[in-house]
Amino acid sequence: MSSSVKDAVRAFIRENYLFGDETVELADDASLIENDIIDSTGVLELVAFVEEHFGVVMDDAEIVPANLDSVDRIVAYVGSKTSQAIAV
Amino acid sequence: MCGIAGYYGGVPEANSLLSAMAFALGHRGPDAHGTFAVPEGGLAHTRLAIVGLEDGQQPMSNAAGDVTIVFNGEIFNYVELRDELRAQGRRFRSGSDTEVILHLYDKFGEDCVSRLNGDFAFAILDRSRGRMVLARDRMGVRPLYYTEKQGTFYFASEVKALLQVPGVEAEIDPVALDQIFTVWSPIAPRTPFRGISELEPASVMVVESGRQTIRSYWSLDYPDRSEAPHHISEEAATEEILALLTDATRIRMRADVPVGSYLSGGLDSSVIAALGAGMAPDGLKTFSVTFDSAEHDESAFQEEMAKALGTEHRKVSCNEGDIASIFPEVIRFTEKPIIRTAPAPLFKLSRLVRDSGLKVVLTGEGADEVFAGYDIFKEARVRRFCARQPESAIRPHLFRKLYPYLPGLQRQSADYLASFFGADAAPLDDPLFSHRPRMRGTAASKIFFSGDLRAQLAGYNAADELVSRLPQNFARWHPLHQAQYLESRFLLPGYILSSQGDRMAMAHGIEGRFPFLDHRLVELATSLPPEMKLKGLVEKYILKRAARDLVPQNIAKRAKQPYRAPDSSSFTGAGDLDYVRSALGETAVADNGLFNPKAVEKLRAKCLTGSVHGFRDNAAFVGILSTQLWLQQFSTSKNRAAKAA
Repeated sequence: MSSSVKDAVRAFIRENYLFGDETVELADDASLIENDIIDSTGVLELVAFVEEHFGVVMDDAEIVPANLDSVDRIVAYVGSKTSQAIAV
Repeated sequence: MCGIAGYYGGVPEANSLLSAMAFALGHRGPDAHGTFAVPEGGLAHTRLAIVGLEDGQQPMSNAAGDVTIVFNGEIFNYVELRDELRAQGRRFRSGSDTEVILHLYDKFGEDCVSRLNGDFAFAILDRSRGRMVLARDRMGVRPLYYTEKQGTFYFASEVKALLQVPGVEAEIDPVALDQIFTVWSPIAPRTPFRGISELEPASVMVVESGRQTIRSYWSLDYPDRSEAPHHISEEAATEEILALLTDATRIRMRADVPVGSYLSGGLDSSVIAALGAGMAPDGLKTFSVTFDSAEHDESAFQEEMAKALGTEHRKVSCNEGDIASIFPEVIRFTEKPIIRTAPAPLFKLSRLVRDSGLKVVLTGEGADEVFAGYDIFKEARVRRFCARQPESAIRPHLFRKLYPYLPGLQRQSADYLASFFGADAAPLDDPLFSHRPRMRGTAASKIFFSGDLRAQLAGYNAADELVSRLPQNFARWHPLHQAQYLESRFLLPGYILSSQGDRMAMAHGIEGRFPFLDHRLVELATSLPPEMKLKGLVEKYILKRAARDLVPQNIAKRAKQPYRAPDSSSFTGAGDLDYVRSALGETAVADNGLFNPKAVEKLRAKCLTGSVHGFRDNAAFVGILSTQLWLQQFSTSKNRAAKAA
């Protein structure tokens, strides 16, 4: 599950923010903001992607760097949301 | 206002070269043209007749005939200078300001520039002393470019005239491109044209004996923070500003043709139009650009101001399709790649002025630099405020207040806001502190640079170069003054007065005049305490106070709306335009070698979906498109651009 989530997230970032550029190294724990990969509009695109691709709904309070500012954090956030959904 | 060109040294076919250079500058001076050639050098001039209509032809020589000038611009205090010179026994043969410069040069040599209050670029061929002298105004209103070929020195108002010189080719300078994609314009003296330089504002250049000597005759200076602040009451500062601004406008109304005014709907142009209206015995004509999109349109405020002043008001609408259709022509006049489309509506506006029969307009440009009006000044203050309490969950919400017109920011959490603006990480003593977020956001678009271009730029950093160009006492200035300096010294001449200013106005033979950039007012404003300019988060506080009796309260108190125009949506909203598809197509992009064709194609596809709303992708799109158009229009060696070392 998490590896397919990670692959999807990485592919989205690579395609949408890096426009396919393979020369940029994208470490799983690298900050998307500090590495100038994402801006304020980009965050909204990321939220839309997470919601549409993984079928979760993000509350405004969840749209924070702690959940979205690296591949690892996005994967963890999606994992927590989908496990909640399964538990329910 | 005019176009000037020429050379110092020997050239074959002097007259045909001078004619070709003048022809390339025909748009700057449609009223007349003239050339002057002697063995030592040659001068060319295209004239927009504004002062001394009958007797101001150029090139103009002194009585002895051994000193000859070509001059672009206006000396606004020429009346006072001429009276002074007459009182000293000097005789004038014309009523023009050009002759005043000749007399001053005769008396003071190149130091004459410090006596001039005006917007000017000139070249003096001085055969009596065996040299050529060139100079440019303090703030960089009027342009001047130069190059050297086979021992001969060439100059011109625009690069397109220099490209008439045999052997001078247009090749893009990769470093200039990096600078544009970081700080929005080349850092002078560099230009996008490799081997062609720009004379920096407030500079005098002497060419003699095969050597070029450049010195600055004026500079922006701010008070030392460690010294006692300049004590002046708000009331006294208000009075002084109003008196100087009134006089700056008065001498800028001097012309032998009618003077009109731009009217954006904001405070700055409203103040200038109000002052100008009071000095125009036959009434003032005002001109505005309107937009279809509510996000960019200010027509309600324009109408209100025009009604309040009783001006004869004309407007031109500029929608996204208009911007797309004129953009290639806009780039032909900017002569620079640009990362925003904002010059394009001003191109349409100057055409409206020309079609209305006017040649001269006042504008409110410069007030935001001089009196701290830009959002970037407030942003820097909020970032410092946040940095004092990095754990605060409340402080970053202030960023929302700064950018009510950016919906993307309004929805962000405090954590994100703090992160985006680097509020929790930026070193406070960074000399570029105020501009780092903007520079980082712009530089992110360099991701589209090709591998070859990146290799050429390896080790180069535009921000470091900017730091290396700062004056020694910069560190002793208040942070607001540091930020004002960065705007006034670099972006103002490099982009605002050039790509948005002189070039868009002169494309239609229109002269813009800028009362806020009168050096007396600039010097007063730099001396004022920072809190008089940016009081808390109230921008241009002291100017608003000075303007309270000039403009309706509705305009005086309105929140600043930065001048913007639709960017990538201009080119994609109407569908896939042929010239855009061609310029950004894989073949064209690969041939020019500057950008990654596949990445550019993905960006274009993203824009076509209408999903590009942020600054970063828009800047990349406009920057890449304008670079490709620049190459199409100017480059004589496209493939060499990316391959040359």
